[in-house]
Amino acid sequence: MTTNLLFAGFGGQGILFSGKFLAYKGLIEDRQVSWLPSYGPEMRGGTATCSVILSDEPVGSPIVGEPDVLIAMNLPSLDKFEDTVVPGGKIFVDSTLIGRQVKRDDVTAYYIPATKIADDNGMSTLANMILMGKVLKECPELGGSHTEDALRKVVSARHQDLLAVNQKALELGANV
Amino acid sequence: MADKVLMKGNEAIAEAAIQAGCRFYFGYPITPQTEIAAYMAKRMPKIGGTFLQAESELAAINMLYGASAAGKRAMTSSSSPGISLKTEGISYIAGCDLPALIVNVQRGGPGLGGIQPSQSDYFQATRGGGHGDYHLIVLAPSSVQEMADLTIKGFDLADQYRMPVMIFADGTMGQMMEPVSLDAGGVQQYDKPWAVTGTGMKRPHNIVNSLVLDPAELEQQNFDRFARYEKIAEQEPMWESYRMEDADYCVVAYGIASRVSKNAINEARKQGVKVGMIRPITLWPFPKAALSAAAEQVRHFLCVEMSMGQMIEDVELSIRCNKPVSLCKRVGGMIPSPADVLSAIASITKGGN
Repeated sequence: MTTNLLFAGFGGQGILFSGKFLAYKGLIEDRQVSWLPSYGPEMRGGTATCSVILSDEPVGSPIVGEPDVLIAMNLPSLDKFEDTVVPGGKIFVDSTLIGRQVKRDDVTAYYIPATKIADDNGMSTLANMILMGKVLKECPELGGSHTEDALRKVVSARHQDLLAVNQKALELGANV
Repeated sequence: MADKVLMKGNEAIAEAAIQAGCRFYFGYPITPQTEIAAYMAKRMPKIGGTFLQAESELAAINMLYGASAAGKRAMTSSSSPGISLKTEGISYIAGCDLPALIVNVQRGGPGLGGIQPSQSDYFQATRGGGHGDYHLIVLAPSSVQEMADLTIKGFDLADQYRMPVMIFADGTMGQMMEPVSLDAGGVQQYDKPWAVTGTGMKRPHNIVNSLVLDPAELEQQNFDRFARYEKIAEQEPMWESYRMEDADYCVVAYGIASRVSKNAINEARKQGVKVGMIRPITLWPFPKAALSAAAEQVRHFLCVEMSMGQMIEDVELSIRCNKPVSLCKRVGGMIPSPADVLSAIASITKGGN
């Protein structure tokens, strides 16, 4: 079983962080994982992306060109990557920031007003983790456990006080 | 084994170097290798080491030259344009028979080029790069674990053979994170009786110098150095054979291109095409014997590289042009997709190029 995920949005939306969270979750579960960010000028305002692969086999190319799961946090990302998703794949859309629907009918689309939920709950920087909560719920192949262990690894030692709010964001997303 | 952690390839190189006993890092920032310098800046002061951001690449390589002459494990890192600036110093280090570790996390060129990954410095790395007859041992990792393991091995090879070693990576390898287990074990110690450490009034001066005005003496030095290179070419080639047992076709790729190729090979195998891969891990010395043995077995080779075709020359030389060799390439920061490689494989199975 291999799942190829592509996280895409503006730099600063926490694309790399939520990807890293998922990669650590895979590592804790003893799976093969890779995490690859886009880097350079595109990180500053354009479409920043992060490829994450969770697999039971050694990971070949770490570049996700045809994702099973696309998490789109802005319109340019949805425009750019919608067509690359494999038939039968899943697209998670932050519907606060993306006004349009997914055009394809051979994929499953989920619309989550993640940015609004984050603002309403006083966690404006955690739309990424709200989306992640929904992703974990709708993609059972990623496994629902070890979220707390994984959070502990990705939240820096200085900010362990943020564990609870990250956990809450995941729950809010799962319950959308 | 230590617990596995997620690390960027660049960070894995830095941590492995520290574990290998490197206490001197000299660098100058350039994308996409800056995490190496950042990691060293954070860690070196805490362990009594030296992190020094030089005023230029030229300064950094000559600081490495100095630290190495003093018998210390030391390194520098850069990306393509920065390595070009360092080649003068690398030639001097080779001419003085000094160990040193140099990391090139390549980006597209020529000139300042771009910042996306590339493999187009192959000729520069495997032919020496600077002036004069010399070689570097060139190690090409294809995973974050290998970024760490080959860094440790690189320091050992450098000390063992008294020559510069290059870790030859690319932007993808530097930026990606994978689980890595870092446990160098004990650091291997090498006697360095040649090091300029002060005589203590007890021995004659050691002199480290690459200026030899007597042509007969300089010739002899070159002969001696190349006798050592011959031994390395016999003993040190490293490669991975992937699904080669029954292969009719052989992909040759290293680094990120080999990762992409594995996807394509597995897909081609599903379609019934017997294709495998030889992945050189040492680019110098090139694993010629493995390639020439494969030439007895397969019908056609396919070189997959992110250059206009540089390693392909070594493949053709290794197999004495006994079999056709085709090229699948992307350049300028573009990475071939598994579909690109798959269609190149399909083309050679149909007898095309």
